[in-house]
Amino acid sequence: MRYHPHTPEDVRAMLDVIGAGSVPELFRSIPAPLRLGRPLDVPPALDEIALFAELGRLAGRNQVAHPPFAGAGSYPHHVPPVVDQLLLRGEFFTAYTPYQPEIAQGTLTALFEWQTFVSLLTGLDVSNASMYDGATATAEAALMATRVTGRKKIVVSAAVHPEYRKVLATYLRSTHDEVVTVPFGADGRTDLAALAAAVKGAAAVIVGWPSFLGVVDVLPEAAALAKAAGALTIAVTAEAVALGLLESPGALGADVAVGTFQSFGNPVSFGGPAPGFFALKEQYLRQMPGRICGATLDKHGRRGFVLTLSTREQHIRREKATSNICTNAGLCALAATIHLTLLGKQGLAALARLNHGRLRLLREALGARGVHPVFAGPVFNEQAFEVGDAEAVVARLARKGIVAGAPLSRWYPDHPRARGALLCVATELHTPELIDLFAKAVQP
Amino acid sequence: MEPGAGQARTPLAPGLGGAVQGIAFEEPLVFEHGSRGRCGVALPAAPGPEVASDLPPGLVRGPVEGLPELSELETVRHFTRLSAWNHGIDTGFYPLGSCTMKYNPKSSEALARLPGFANVHPLAPAELVQGALELMYQLERALSEIAGMDATTLSPAAGAQGELCGLMVIRAWHEAHGNPRKKVLIPDTAHGTNPASAALNGYTCVQLASGPDGRLHPEAVAAAMDQDVAAIMITNPNTLGIFESHIAEIAAIVHAKGGLVYGDGANMNALLGVARPGDMGFDVIQYNLHKTFATPHGGGGPGSGPVAVKATLAPFLPLPVVVKEGEGYRLVTEVAERPGTVGKLREFWGNFGMFVRAWAIIREYGPEGLKATGELAVLNANYARARLKGTYNLPYETDSLHEVVFDDKAQKATGVTTMDVAKRLIDHGFHPPTIYFPLVVHGALMIEPTETESKEAIDAFVDAMLAIAAEAVADPEAVKAAPLKPVRARLDETRAARRPVLRWTPGMKVE
Repeated sequence: MRYHPHTPEDVRAMLDVIGAGSVPELFRSIPAPLRLGRPLDVPPALDEIALFAELGRLAGRNQVAHPPFAGAGSYPHHVPPVVDQLLLRGEFFTAYTPYQPEIAQGTLTALFEWQTFVSLLTGLDVSNASMYDGATATAEAALMATRVTGRKKIVVSAAVHPEYRKVLATYLRSTHDEVVTVPFGADGRTDLAALAAAVKGAAAVIVGWPSFLGVVDVLPEAAALAKAAGALTIAVTAEAVALGLLESPGALGADVAVGTFQSFGNPVSFGGPAPGFFALKEQYLRQMPGRICGATLDKHGRRGFVLTLSTREQHIRREKATSNICTNAGLCALAATIHLTLLGKQGLAALARLNHGRLRLLREALGARGVHPVFAGPVFNEQAFEVGDAEAVVARLARKGIVAGAPLSRWYPDHPRARGALLCVATELHTPELIDLFAKAVQP
Repeated sequence: MEPGAGQARTPLAPGLGGAVQGIAFEEPLVFEHGSRGRCGVALPAAPGPEVASDLPPGLVRGPVEGLPELSELETVRHFTRLSAWNHGIDTGFYPLGSCTMKYNPKSSEALARLPGFANVHPLAPAELVQGALELMYQLERALSEIAGMDATTLSPAAGAQGELCGLMVIRAWHEAHGNPRKKVLIPDTAHGTNPASAALNGYTCVQLASGPDGRLHPEAVAAAMDQDVAAIMITNPNTLGIFESHIAEIAAIVHAKGGLVYGDGANMNALLGVARPGDMGFDVIQYNLHKTFATPHGGGGPGSGPVAVKATLAPFLPLPVVVKEGEGYRLVTEVAERPGTVGKLREFWGNFGMFVRAWAIIREYGPEGLKATGELAVLNANYARARLKGTYNLPYETDSLHEVVFDDKAQKATGVTTMDVAKRLIDHGFHPPTIYFPLVVHGALMIEPTETESKEAIDAFVDAMLAIAAEAVADPEAVKAAPLKPVRARLDETRAARRPVLRWTPGMKVE
């Protein structure tokens, strides 16, 4: 076994030093009836060539010839090879959580940069070192809002990602907090009258930016209503490229911004892993969940970075911690940090415009074939289209190896227009030629 | 540039071996680099700002001020230089107790990057993702077998979320039996995530004291056990590296009063192929794939924390569930099909990229390789223990499995503490052990070598530990001044917490 360096002579010599006669003797503290006494029933060992053949077979059963036209929380983008080559440097890749800062300045510096990127894009004061994903970041933000306000009601727009809302419900069930969902209107934007009616006594109002429907939602208006009612505003962003074109959540009144930076440097990878983010106004800093990196000085006065404010965390506060989160998504955050560095000020703005423009191309191509948007509200790079029978279109395009989009009926079965609604994304990967091919396939 | 930039680093005395010294350099933040107008990507021509004319003008922003402007080479050099300031398993020995820092195979990385895995969309129709579903199905089955359980969910995003998941399942099971109960019993050797996960799930924690041999004793459990206790959370072997040999009796006490037994699988490496939690009375256990199955930890994640349970708890597992129907596979994602489920714990289906790596190593090991993993991990820890015993104080003489906890009692007279020993190890080229944990040992040094380390690697580490113990007597100040070799000396953590500087701003100053 190539990962086990022990020769029989090594084992003998080590047992001699230990004073044991055999390796099984080292397990004498496990009572005999509790031992397995047979080989595990798992498939037999594979050599490296057979391993690549077998996992290659599994990978080959997944069809990925075209970039998917489904986004819905997991966005296909071009990842420059630079990102992965740097990520694969073993010094980053095989490091643990930076508990020993003197020999983890690489990870810590990059986390400090990540936190800065998150702050700049969200327009909020501070960020943590990443979360598991956008859904748990949303749930943790809601829990934080209940701690900050002492209230137990969370108001969430139905246009917030349904997966995120499911996770929110799971997290809040144990704490007996209440979730009130407010509908969206015919234009796909959150119904402000319903929101105004629900916000009294709420700990937080949660709105997508852009929403799950791809729509540029009513964040400023929702934030104003929340503020008047003494509730926090939590903006949720799953497609972070949007933050290169849309005004930042912080500038529009959000107190907390959460979501994922998967779009930067992280492949879709069947939905995970990806770096969740969590940013907020400084006044709520001590209630933030998760790891935080901060600047300090070493004993010679040189700038360096450490994990800080850990008295909020589980390894110090145990059951009184702000969260149980420990390991988060550090490597995914590093990938996003590298990609954002490559993009920079000009590149991010260009990428965001490119995405917005590609959706316009898609809308025009489908429109020319009589397929039109379901909702009239403005969108960034994702939009629901009325295709007649969305499930049937998805099944038909699957036979051509194309992932056509996400049928909204799965999450909004009672919505009058859900049956025909297919949520499609266009990014820099969807070339004009591919968009043309797609439109013809959707409506031959 | 800051004070001390470019200054030569003090070499260790000849013969001490250890860290390799590279070229000394200072590296600013990406925000302090570059020049206006540079860019490191080659994108298709983008439309101009007029493309946003269909958006409400007040909701559109221009280019984000403060973002860096670097060429590709500047970016490459920046992150390459940062990486050189890090210690990883690829750099050297990483004996971080209870963190199980074993070698991360390069094959697994190549496999996880196959386009058929990396580029699969989570909402693609099932017929386009049969390979991904088959892999998840097979991995679930293997993890159930390895734990001695009946069903496994891959969904939890990390070990701590696995704990939360396991407790939610326990709560749901109790609710289905009429009473969710109020308390969770947790031994004093537990990881901090255990009480935090219990609290997040609405439970009150009751701490149990371990006995003089470092084990939890049935009497302590019996005294605390009542009809309000939902579960006991036990790490086995515990964080002292000691097998809880009364586990079957403890489980019987808890079960007799209607409670359940939760296993924190952080130390599962010790038991691989040798013994199974499901055969000892555990009802639920979470894995940490980065610990036991060699997925990279990446400086703080991503993790993956699958949860394996006995059949009676399976109906309550979170969504999704992978099912096999005929020759095909399908994800069950809706509550309607699983009315007992605790719901969804994270978006989509889990950290699939980690599943590929874990499945790769399980396939590469096979049954014999998995057993050898557990055995050699235990051999390595006992070898380190035998060589260090006598020089460092061993607070518990009880048999060790995969890790061993020493303390700094023998060094007390010299004034050298566990922290000093840890920092001096850095000068010898080693990552320090886990320190000051578990909390039941004052000044703990928790060493876990893992099975991928050779005898020579452990010998070199032990030799460094012995040299530091001798140095503590001969020249304690030298030990207390450590580390001397890394790019930074000891960092002022109090300053970081008192005056938080958590992001770059123009003209940023750390004072």
